[in-house]
Amino acid sequence: MPIDSPFRRLPDAQARTLAFTFAGRELEAREGDSLAAAILAAGIATTRHTPVSGAPRGPYCMIGLCFECLVEIDGEPNRQACMVEVRDGMRVKAMQGARGLGKGPADE
Amino acid sequence: MGETEYAVIGGGLVGMAVAFGLQRAGRRVTVFDEGDVAFRASRGNFGLVWVQGKGAGLPDYARWSRLSAALWPELAAELEEASGLKLELSQPGGFDICLTEAELAAKAASMAALRARLDGDYPFEVLGHNRLREMLPAIGPKVAGAIYGPEDGHVNPLYLLRALTAAFLGRGGRIENGAAVAEIAPLAWGFRIGAAPGWRAEKVVLCAGLGNARLAPLVGLNAPVKPNRGQVLICERAAPFLPYPNLHVRQTGEGTVQIGASSEDVGLDDGTTPQAMAAMAKQAVDMFPVLENIRVVRAWGALRIMSPDGHPIYEASRAHPGASLVTCHSGVTLAACHALRLAPWIAGGSPPVPYLESFSADRFALSPAA
Repeated sequence: MPIDSPFRRLPDAQARTLAFTFAGRELEAREGDSLAAAILAAGIATTRHTPVSGAPRGPYCMIGLCFECLVEIDGEPNRQACMVEVRDGMRVKAMQGARGLGKGPADE
Repeated sequence: MGETEYAVIGGGLVGMAVAFGLQRAGRRVTVFDEGDVAFRASRGNFGLVWVQGKGAGLPDYARWSRLSAALWPELAAELEEASGLKLELSQPGGFDICLTEAELAAKAASMAALRARLDGDYPFEVLGHNRLREMLPAIGPKVAGAIYGPEDGHVNPLYLLRALTAAFLGRGGRIENGAAVAEIAPLAWGFRIGAAPGWRAEKVVLCAGLGNARLAPLVGLNAPVKPNRGQVLICERAAPFLPYPNLHVRQTGEGTVQIGASSEDVGLDDGTTPQAMAAMAKQAVDMFPVLENIRVVRAWGALRIMSPDGHPIYEASRAHPGASLVTCHSGVTLAACHALRLAPWIAGGSPPVPYLESFSADRFALSPAA
């Protein structure tokens, strides 16, 4: 699948390839990627819509400070994608507005 | 240096509400704000517009708080119009949630005593677990019940401060930032604000929070206020689950969940402690088990400004006419009274309520006022 991303992997990247999904799309990552890096490398810029205005947001600071890269990972809402290492089979969804409370994913 | 008609010392919620109200009464006002080194209770508070439970020791404080809550929609409408901001004012009533029957009974008795002192004119309800659950389905099994105060509510205190500031500046008011006031000197006519040459003001209003303790004696006033620390936990935004504010947990208009209500005497230390944060978090989860997995994203401490009896102090200086003092713990709740009722009095009008003298600092004198 062709990927249209402004981010390029280093030509000597050797790590093993992993598979994960974002919003149901099958994507590839490399072992050791942060989830945010893998998402950006896959050409995805928007990973959530904000609770207050609904504006689109995506990974920005990549060091755990800005909280713009919040996603739902395997049913757990509001995880910082830049602070999580991608794992094989991870199911990731965009955060749409505020999380729900109690058990279960936010928007199901 | 500059000249002004009214110098308001302090640019927090009390000072800005008074400045806005003075300006509304046709006065020329300059606010002297200490800057970001100040303790800033206005930026650390919980945001309640709260009536219930206040005034057990001074029923006039209950009257004054109820008046302010009733005036709040008028203040909010005017500020929203002037600033273009939404203040998130919501006054659906609020709860004081109790985890034991003994606590609920004690609070119910205290509220009944206050109602009796107010000739029966003091609305509240005592709700057991089942009736409370009908209004607040998220409560947990450990909750014994709650006191419901129909006049309670909440607001976004940061937007309130910003709106007061924007409205004041928009109508030609002046704010001197980074202007800590170390000296106030009464002159033959008016006051010098700050070290010489300083500013010259016809009148001065002390709204400096904890700083009032030191400034008040310079103009013949008494403000024996001390700090009391409250810590606040800020959680991530969540889908609406809490349609009423309460003293321990509130959900803001933008979905943020705030947890609070610690109280410590630790001087001027506005830090946080793991012990207080853990206790507040545990209590919040006992009250609302759905919060079990919510993330805390920030925490802070802020210093309440407490007079010896916890009630406001409003006083005009007899020794130095033209100087007055406004200090209280509840700068959010009382913002409406300060802007719409107290400021017109400071501007030269008659007392807004017949009981205003109840808030004089004379009550702290060891002997009857000299």
